[in-house]
Amino acid sequence: MPDALLAVAMSGGVDSSVVAALAVRRGRAVVGLTMQLWNQRRLPEIQGDSAVGRCCSLDDVYDARAVAQHLGIPYYVVNFESRFEEQVVKPFIADYLAGRTPIPCTLCNNFIKFDQFLELADGIGARQIATGHYARLRHNVETGRWEMRRGADLAKDQTYFLWGLTQAQLARTEFPLGEYSKPQVREMARQMGIPVADKGDSQEICFVPNGDYAAFINAYFREQGIPASAARGPITDRQGRVLGEHAGVHHYTVGQRKRLGIAAGEPLYVVATEPAEQRVIVGRGDELLRATLTARDVNWVSIASPSAPLRAQVKIRNRHAPAGATVTPAGERAAEVRFEEPQRAVTPGQAAVFYDGDRVLGGGWIQ
Amino acid sequence: MRRFYFDHNATTPVAPEVREMLGSALSEVYGNASSIHHAGQVAKQKLEQARRQTASFLHCGPKEIVFTSGGTESDNLAIFGVIRRSTAPSRHLITSAIEHPAVLASCAQLEREGVEVTYLPVSPAGVVDPDDVRRALRRDTVLISIMHANNETGVVQPIGQIARIAREAGVLFHSDGVQAAGRVRVNVRTLGPDLYSISGHKFYAPKGTGALYVRPGVKIMPLLHGGRHEQDRRAGTENVPGSMALAAAAGWMEAHLDAEGERLSELRDHLEASVLNRVPDVAVNGGAAPRLPNTTSLCFEGVEGEAMVIALDLRGFAVSSGSACSSGAVEPSHVLIAMGLSRERAKASLRISLGRGNNREQVDALADAISQSVAHLRKLSPTYTAHA
Repeated sequence: MPDALLAVAMSGGVDSSVVAALAVRRGRAVVGLTMQLWNQRRLPEIQGDSAVGRCCSLDDVYDARAVAQHLGIPYYVVNFESRFEEQVVKPFIADYLAGRTPIPCTLCNNFIKFDQFLELADGIGARQIATGHYARLRHNVETGRWEMRRGADLAKDQTYFLWGLTQAQLARTEFPLGEYSKPQVREMARQMGIPVADKGDSQEICFVPNGDYAAFINAYFREQGIPASAARGPITDRQGRVLGEHAGVHHYTVGQRKRLGIAAGEPLYVVATEPAEQRVIVGRGDELLRATLTARDVNWVSIASPSAPLRAQVKIRNRHAPAGATVTPAGERAAEVRFEEPQRAVTPGQAAVFYDGDRVLGGGWIQ
Repeated sequence: MRRFYFDHNATTPVAPEVREMLGSALSEVYGNASSIHHAGQVAKQKLEQARRQTASFLHCGPKEIVFTSGGTESDNLAIFGVIRRSTAPSRHLITSAIEHPAVLASCAQLEREGVEVTYLPVSPAGVVDPDDVRRALRRDTVLISIMHANNETGVVQPIGQIARIAREAGVLFHSDGVQAAGRVRVNVRTLGPDLYSISGHKFYAPKGTGALYVRPGVKIMPLLHGGRHEQDRRAGTENVPGSMALAAAAGWMEAHLDAEGERLSELRDHLEASVLNRVPDVAVNGGAAPRLPNTTSLCFEGVEGEAMVIALDLRGFAVSSGSACSSGAVEPSHVLIAMGLSRERAKASLRISLGRGNNREQVDALADAISQSVAHLRKLSPTYTAHA
């Protein structure tokens, strides 16, 4: 190989297009790849008029191809649909049915983008990959570890979804946008004449139209010929008093206030779901407060697995201000988190990500 | 980078002699073949000359040739044309699981319109059993559509026998000959189909050219309605230069088919032998059946065909794997699945199709690149362990 080949994961959006353009400008040998993850024509009953803002639409592939042509780089679409369904969509549904609120983006990062995509890149001769994630990587010579830091643009920081990456994965990964803000990235795109410079941002859950995951799950079940879990049940308070009825626990997530259909003197929130009993439990805002949580499948990123408790700031959902806490390792792959102040809506299925300032120490799934 | 093209079953480059002829045709033959004046007469004359040449290529009469826009239109015209002409209260159609999407999607559309369709299986070698055709016949069977040669494996189907079965049963028989015409000799008189589709760009004519052979006496309903072109079977101003190009390419093929077939089958066999010698755990899909001289479908255990196509392309070799879906991503081949391969093995397969521009040196370079690429991919593969 005359020059080390860099594989850029191109979604057709501004961020990954700028990643490819920057690499080309720096004189690197680049191949652009788009992962076809989900067929947007499946489940027609939940598709709206437009697929804008969703991944893997033909428009996005068209855009990514146009950018690759503009840059004069080889470009391919790779079919990851069946892997995505197995490793992201099915676990996503299973989580909801088990009363958890999953983060498919993290599953996709752990099992698709930084696993199978990395393997595919290697297979076609690219040891390094680059993506448009807003996060920063640095190799710490003293510890020998790859450290991950929050993106310089805190509003766009995506480290909450990247805590699951292993050292081996990070060693082969580049996040060239970590030092930039989104407006800067757009400006670079305009200056470099990239065709998608003014394209809107994508939504968080790419395969679920309009964020209506319950409709997605129902439609998926109908497609698979699985009878929708006849899952009606009661909405109760902590004391077991029935306050209303629900159409399936998977419609509810901890902390949810809207669409409960209960008239009460004070605002009520979902405080827990019990799928085994088909029960949704609601309560006052202060009943959502928790001081502790257990994280499972913990992955340590910037530091080696610690042997003693450590102080950290812990984020329990993407839009959560990191809160001071003590993280106590419990065996190889678990940790107990005790917050200094109780936190609202600690939600099973979401991630707890441990930070030291802007350094990502590690993270795990909230049990 | 030097680039070598090994995907002639997808399409072929326009041959130099066709290109030359086309250049003068585009500038000189501009008339509408239906016009009364001199320019129109010149066009009509060229069109009919092209028709005679195309007919000679298929060994039929000129009136039996309908020029179309290509293989997909020919297949659609044959299938919809026959079914829609039939007024029977219930209509049944027999086809196979390994047909091209132009046939399969047409059948699927007819199913939505109330026509019953039987999809015949194939043997592990990729061949339709004529006895299965016989057994699938029903009182209301109107049409049998079985391809002449498969585009992915190159396996040649026993269409002579199927034609006899169809004739005995009084059922019309269409064969999609898009991949066979220009690769093997086609004599529609001795083979015996009632309808036969060909496509120009598979044998060095430009895209957008094709023809459908229709046996005398077979009535079809046109797809396109308008003027009275192509004996009321295909409305629309005739693509005279395109038809001339198709005929010119057919003429060249007719003259060179035996020599070129022999040359390509030697190259193909040499390629297969080189790969099989150097790479363990390779199977030739359809290798046990009679095949087109230019095609090989190789299954490399434990390898993603998609990754291999990209890796080879980055090194300058154009080959294919599966069929491209609308985004350009690759789906596992329905043909290989029908032959009983698992999804994994279907995805581990590569199609290499040779043509006029290929030579021994290129094939050796390809065999080198394949063996290196397979070794690299297998080293990374979580599923592959060498069979001792």
